[in-house]
Amino acid sequence: MERSTRTDSFVEEVSAIPGGEGIRLCIQCGTCTASCPNVERMDHTPSQLIAMARAGMKEEVLSSNSMWHCMSCYLCTVRCPRGIKQTDLMHAFECLSVREGLSHSRTLTPAMYRSFNDFVYSLGSLPEAGFMTWYYMLTNPLRGIRLLPMALNLRKQGRLTLRARRLTPEGTKQLRAILNKAEELGGMS
Amino acid sequence: MRYYAYFPGCSSSEGGAKAYGVSAQAVSTALDIELIELDDWNCCGSTPYSSFEELASFCLSARNLALAEKTGFDLVTPCSSCYVILNRANSYLKQYPHLRAEVDESLAAGGLEYRGTVRVRHLLDVFVNDIGYDAISAAVKKNLNGLKVAPYYGCQLVRPSFGFDHPEMPESIDELIVSLGGEPTPFPMKTRCCGGSLVISEEELSLGLIGKVLKSARDNGAECIITPCPLCQTNLDAYQKSAGKKFKTSFNLPVMFFTQLMGVAFGLVERELGLKSCIVPVEMVLAKYL
Repeated sequence: MERSTRTDSFVEEVSAIPGGEGIRLCIQCGTCTASCPNVERMDHTPSQLIAMARAGMKEEVLSSNSMWHCMSCYLCTVRCPRGIKQTDLMHAFECLSVREGLSHSRTLTPAMYRSFNDFVYSLGSLPEAGFMTWYYMLTNPLRGIRLLPMALNLRKQGRLTLRARRLTPEGTKQLRAILNKAEELGGMS
Repeated sequence: MRYYAYFPGCSSSEGGAKAYGVSAQAVSTALDIELIELDDWNCCGSTPYSSFEELASFCLSARNLALAEKTGFDLVTPCSSCYVILNRANSYLKQYPHLRAEVDESLAAGGLEYRGTVRVRHLLDVFVNDIGYDAISAAVKKNLNGLKVAPYYGCQLVRPSFGFDHPEMPESIDELIVSLGGEPTPFPMKTRCCGGSLVISEEELSLGLIGKVLKSARDNGAECIITPCPLCQTNLDAYQKSAGKKFKTSFNLPVMFFTQLMGVAFGLVERELGLKSCIVPVEMVLAKYL
């Protein structure tokens, strides 16, 4: 008899994302959690997150701050005795959380990523000055102002260019066509 | 002369790590390497894109890979993040046929195709494996004479492993330092995370990590640090003062790109090295070589 449960469907959703399929292999040894440099800041540890996902706790997993504290250092990934790609799992949780439109009031990382991606989508490159200004305007203008001395210092050392690198008009058009198609297919995002 | 397709990445082209791009080119020329910048490349999307839109993030890499394939050369980048992102896309396109199909369809919308033949390399890998330590030694004009250098590999050069060096105890930069005449500092934190881009959204947390790395380097006797990653360099250098405040100390450790230190040992001039762009001044430590 085949029966689809709440549990199965979330695990399947995660498994469909490249790198996410390892979620079925976890033995809860905790190596990932012990290796994570940021685990104290997370609502749930990486191994807890896997256990929760497998128990079908989709909303609890996707609205937690855990994956947004992952810095992609890949220590968990290279140490996992089951060969699970935890960093990719974290990315998968992030993408699914974005797709579900969940809010993340306790971390600014999603807002930072979004500012980054907006620039990459529209320009095909990342102008650091524009991205930082945009991010601080959206989240914490005061913090942005307090960082001005450092920004000026970087500028003085020639490390903060205001002009963005642009692709050729044909390149921009091509990239836009590719990304729009990807969005339309949207299979995994 | 060896030829490579070159992917500088946003940071090392017009961004905060411009000195990395400049010194990478100068040192390559000295080693008889020609880095041919990929025409009209786009941002790899780094971690933020992979955390928001899986398919689109693979497409960002795939366009670059498709452009590189036309050149017939290995694709070389000096940026550890670009290195992971491009390599990950490259291997996943082979591993997951359903991903491959969707990426192919997206690329076709831009009139491109990718057959999957490109090799993605880090510039350090090219230097130490294609050129080799002996040839690097032979190009040294100003022996570093025992300068104590901490090799900070960071995360993404060695993890997840794309076949270059050990993921937790790498040696390639240590050996590079020896081949320049310097002395690599024993450095337990050499592959620990500096916080990456989370220094922007979670500054306090990142300052803690940056401080630990700097403290490990200093306590083990380093006079300076070298790194192969634009984000690591920025975090350890531009945020060094703030990390010092948090740890109630002043680290005063110059942080350079490995290409800059190679350039110093090769006797290159400031115009080719961009040492003045370092926030913590390097002149004191490097005075006898410049």
